Amino acid sequence: MSATPATTPAPPPPAPPADAPPAQVEAPGYAPSWSVGDKIGVGLAWFAGLLLCVIAGSIVIYMLVRGIQYVSFDLLTKHPQPSLDQSKSGGFLDPIIGTFVLTILGTLIAAPLGVAIAVWLSEYGKPAWLARAVESGIEIVAGIPSIVLAIFGLLVFSNAAFGFLSFTAEGGAVFGRSFFTAGAMMGLLALPLVVGATREALQAIPIHVREASYALGKDRASTIRRVLLPAARPGIATGTSLGMGRIAGDTAIVVILLGASLQLQEENSFPILGDLKGTGSTLTSYVYNNSPAGEGNAPEKAYAAAFVLLAIVILLNFAVDLISRRRKVSWQS
Amino acid sequence: MAELTPPPVRRIALDADPTVIPPEEAINGNGHASAVRRPEAPRPGTVLERMRVEELSVAYGSKLAVNRVSIEVNRGEVLALIGPSGCGKTTLLRSLNRLVDGTASAARSGRILLDGNDIDFIDVTQLRRQVGMVFQQPNPFPMSIFDNIAYGLRERGSRKPSKRALEPAVHSALHRAGLLEEVKDDLQHPALRLSGGQQQRLCIARSLAVQPEVLLLDEPCSALDPISTGIIEELIAKLRTEIAIVIVTHNLQQAQRVADRVAFMYLGDLVEYGAAEQVFEAPQAMRTRDYVTGAFG
Repeated sequence: MSATPATTPAPPPPAPPADAPPAQVEAPGYAPSWSVGDKIGVGLAWFAGLLLCVIAGSIVIYMLVRGIQYVSFDLLTKHPQPSLDQSKSGGFLDPIIGTFVLTILGTLIAAPLGVAIAVWLSEYGKPAWLARAVESGIEIVAGIPSIVLAIFGLLVFSNAAFGFLSFTAEGGAVFGRSFFTAGAMMGLLALPLVVGATREALQAIPIHVREASYALGKDRASTIRRVLLPAARPGIATGTSLGMGRIAGDTAIVVILLGASLQLQEENSFPILGDLKGTGSTLTSYVYNNSPAGEGNAPEKAYAAAFVLLAIVILLNFAVDLISRRRKVSWQS
Repeated sequence: MAELTPPPVRRIALDADPTVIPPEEAINGNGHASAVRRPEAPRPGTVLERMRVEELSVAYGSKLAVNRVSIEVNRGEVLALIGPSGCGKTTLLRSLNRLVDGTASAARSGRILLDGNDIDFIDVTQLRRQVGMVFQQPNPFPMSIFDNIAYGLRERGSRKPSKRALEPAVHSALHRAGLLEEVKDDLQHPALRLSGGQQQRLCIARSLAVQPEVLLLDEPCSALDPISTGIIEELIAKLRTEIAIVIVTHNLQQAQRVADRVAFMYLGDLVEYGAAEQVFEAPQAMRTRDYVTGAFG
């Protein structure tokens, strides 16, 4: 029970007389008195913050302990083999390669497209209805669950028109699953993050910086190229790294659109293109398949792979921190 | 409770004609004994008309920001635009290099001539290279000191001509802005690491690099400390012999220190326009007298 009902405003403190010495903070009536409700609220806030630290710490420590327990050089460098005997089922070299290849592919799609969209939204954005439509489009893509993106991708890329991106069966049926098709959908997954960060960085640049470039007789295109994009570079890098983390951590698209095959299956023997047209797996699908829920049922290897994945994502997060803290461009405003 | 007494308000006339004194009349034999330190007056004969504004009106939507203003901009002189906030002085300045055209709601009428040519018929790139501008906030680009100066000299965002070819031009621009001695060993350092005053002189150098005939300064010292302000005011006094300078300021002391001619604007109207001594010491219009004596603004 609080001493005063909430509806009654506290009486204003009496104004000190003009010639009085400065009021002391500790004087009765001025001391900060917290109500019981406020005290409980602050306590909860403290508790929530500490709880989060404990949860994050225990995940990292648990995975670290488990991972170090099971990770070995062999696991990182050996191809996985189809065998029920765990001593013969190999390591997860192929999923590691798959994770990197897929992340790079998705980023190569998301970064240029995302920067272009952000530049258009921030610097042109006309007509207004179109800009609003683009914004809603980005928001919708950002909100689509990745499994829905995956199913949609399979539907699209199984069309005969996209046969050049994946396996084609004897009868002409298009398989639709490959690094290319999965990479395309991964690009969509990362796109909103790149657009958001780049746009924010562009909008943080004061108008008068653009005008200073125009006042030198430069047009909008060279202003964007030589002034705005360099200034937005930390933002672009942040968005891209966030997108990479998102791609590396996604499972649904890998399972549905990459085939989640145990080894990399090249579509033909053409060096790199053949591999990209083929199927593969990533650390996420490897963890899923080897967890007690999957068919491989080798939890030790799942823990080891999960540890490697976690390490990759944490390293990415560190990179984000480093980039966004490094010498932020700041104008006087 | 203390009694709240409103501050005294001086009403000023709003519908008077502009009081324009031709410069010939204002210059009398020995000149006024000015109370403040002034740069030496330009030698007679060095003053040359560069820009002429005829009946310029600018409106943002239905709000008239500049109302039928006529004014000249001369080489060898510093023209100061003074007046309280929102009086249209910055809009007038931004009309001179057509930067105001970038504001979607702005409508401009009347003529502005640069060396006798209507600026609406000059290529805007060409116009802005001849009429440079420095802004209120120092705004170097996020690149090296060298590239900041070279940016204006290079074609359309390309990297050509090469560094070596541009070096003399960059050095000379920095020298004219009085910055060369301080930065000549750090030309590859990021410009945003300079101090505020150095950044502003870099922005002046950046404008000077493209060899403008007219330099527009929009309250160039309002973000700077008194020492940097002093350096920039000396720079303005030096530059006025080579190019025409228009400075917007609402710091009256600054206008008194740097200006040869002064235009006082109020609510979009040009109220008084004439030699600096005359506007500050013997203003013709009531409104000017009230403003320069501090009755309002």
